[in-house]
Amino acid sequence: MTDMAPTTAPTTAPSAETALDLPPPRRSPALALLRRGLRHGGLVAGGVILLLIVGLALAAPLVAPHDPYAQELSRRMVPPIWQAKGNWDYLLGTDKLGRDYLSRLLYGARISLLIGAVTVLISGVIGTTLGVCAGYFGGRVDAVLSYIVTTRLALPVVLVALASAALVGSSLQGVIIVLGLLLWDRFAVVTRSATQQIAGSDYIAAAKAIGCSTPRLILTEVLPNILNPLIVVATLEMAHAILLEAALSFLGLGVQPPLPSWGLMIAEGKQYMFFSPWVIAIPATALVFLVLAINLVGDGLRDVTAPENRN
Amino acid sequence: MLAFTLRRLVVAFSVALTVSVIAFVLLHLSGDLATSIAGAEASPAQVAEVRHQYGLDRPLTVQYLDWLWRALHLDFGNSFYFRDSVVSLIATRMPVTLTLGAISLAISLIIAVPLGVLAAVFRGTIIDRLALTFCVLGQAIPTFCLGLGLIIIFAVNLRWLPVSGTAGWQNYVLPSVALGWYAVPAVMRLSRNGMLEVLSADYIRTARAKGLSPAAVVLKHALRNAIIPVVALAAVQFGFMLGGSIVVEAVFSMHGVGHLAWEAIARNDFPVVQAVVLILAAIYITLTFLADVINALLDPRMRVA
Repeated sequence: MTDMAPTTAPTTAPSAETALDLPPPRRSPALALLRRGLRHGGLVAGGVILLLIVGLALAAPLVAPHDPYAQELSRRMVPPIWQAKGNWDYLLGTDKLGRDYLSRLLYGARISLLIGAVTVLISGVIGTTLGVCAGYFGGRVDAVLSYIVTTRLALPVVLVALASAALVGSSLQGVIIVLGLLLWDRFAVVTRSATQQIAGSDYIAAAKAIGCSTPRLILTEVLPNILNPLIVVATLEMAHAILLEAALSFLGLGVQPPLPSWGLMIAEGKQYMFFSPWVIAIPATALVFLVLAINLVGDGLRDVTAPENRN
Repeated sequence: MLAFTLRRLVVAFSVALTVSVIAFVLLHLSGDLATSIAGAEASPAQVAEVRHQYGLDRPLTVQYLDWLWRALHLDFGNSFYFRDSVVSLIATRMPVTLTLGAISLAISLIIAVPLGVLAAVFRGTIIDRLALTFCVLGQAIPTFCLGLGLIIIFAVNLRWLPVSGTAGWQNYVLPSVALGWYAVPAVMRLSRNGMLEVLSADYIRTARAKGLSPAAVVLKHALRNAIIPVVALAAVQFGFMLGGSIVVEAVFSMHGVGHLAWEAIARNDFPVVQAVVLILAAIYITLTFLADVINALLDPRMRVA
């Protein structure tokens, strides 16, 4: 074990004169990953936008200039400041009930992020359980899983989500449950193939040989080794969930008023879009930026954690 | 090949059967059917009468088999709200959705395949980067936002195309772009990757070595082989588009099947919802089955899976 020392010692760059005759120092894998990540333009751009949106959402009570639910009927449909009749009290204008648009937008980010995160948590647990079992056990278990996934894919997702949301009652919780129970398919597909790839490796065989129980083997050997692809799917599925929530709320069967969901804001603004397009342009832009940022982070993480899978 | 087809056929049938159970359960979770049929003002005795007449007092399995038997004969009963048979409602609205889906698919293929081929041929250049950036941006725009944006630009400001309705071909342009857009990134990525794989194959080097022009190599030799997986994806995307058209039909007030399902869900008219779910799923299952078989015919290596 004494020859372990040189591999762990120098993590900082060597000085110029020693660099010539010494082999390049080994960096810790985490540091190397971070370096690669910071050099990836898309990941950095997406990460910055995403952090900004998350920060604003968390700080909404502090930064929002008004109460997002307070109606001021004498100040309805005030345009945003870049338009002729703009008002500095309402940077992004007000909606048809005189509620401050900027404040609603900030609180709306909380709803989108909450729905994205909790949905991914539910669907991730379902999909990963199914996928890891199918990939690890193979054979008949695998056949049953691919059958379940095929059936799930055959269901028209928007339609079934709408119908189920109507059945459980359209609400924030309802949308989260419905989407969580519907969007696990990609988790299952990705974790299945990732588990298949590592199922034959030596460390799994070694763990088996020392008498590791199957649940423990899956938790301590399989899961940590499929974490990278899992995080990538979770990111991309979060964007998917946010888009679907916006669509459901837009169709009136998702989050209900007076909650400031971005999809709902677009639906409420639809009747004014001919004369005041900003009413839908503002929440739509916010939605596009959030989804774009999440997708950039997801794509970037895939490139950085698995460079061999690029393209 | 026959064994492969049969195996896929069995899977397709069992998936369809499972979906039918889900659709049936959906209807029965939606509330007491006898009350829905009899109406809100009916007395308990009338409700019981309706329950008996419609056979709703029988065991659920018997009801399911009876419903499935009728569904196979395209009898989905009557709508609670529209006072018409579910089949005739769907039949009158299906052409709108199918037309919309077909044009959308055509638009997305026309945009995505050349883009993917260009990106592969000029791999690593600015063209490739632009194409990939376009994909990432495209994926972030929700269908309904794109639809509303197209209305504001092309219907309200430029007045080139109508805002809504299904009167003429002009009405289909904006909705088809909005719906087709969604499939562009996936198709483009697949044609780019397929093309990259084919372009590094030996027979392409041979074609180049014997002095064929680059255009002939790409179009005649490479594209034909790279396009095979795109055929399968196109079939799947068409199925997704029929399901996703609900949003576009709502934005553009087009009275297709999606709009019908939306109205039906809002009015708790579950026989209609159930039938639409079942029919859309059946179309999707048929399409993926056909795509699998076509793929296996074109590429014998696929027949193992």
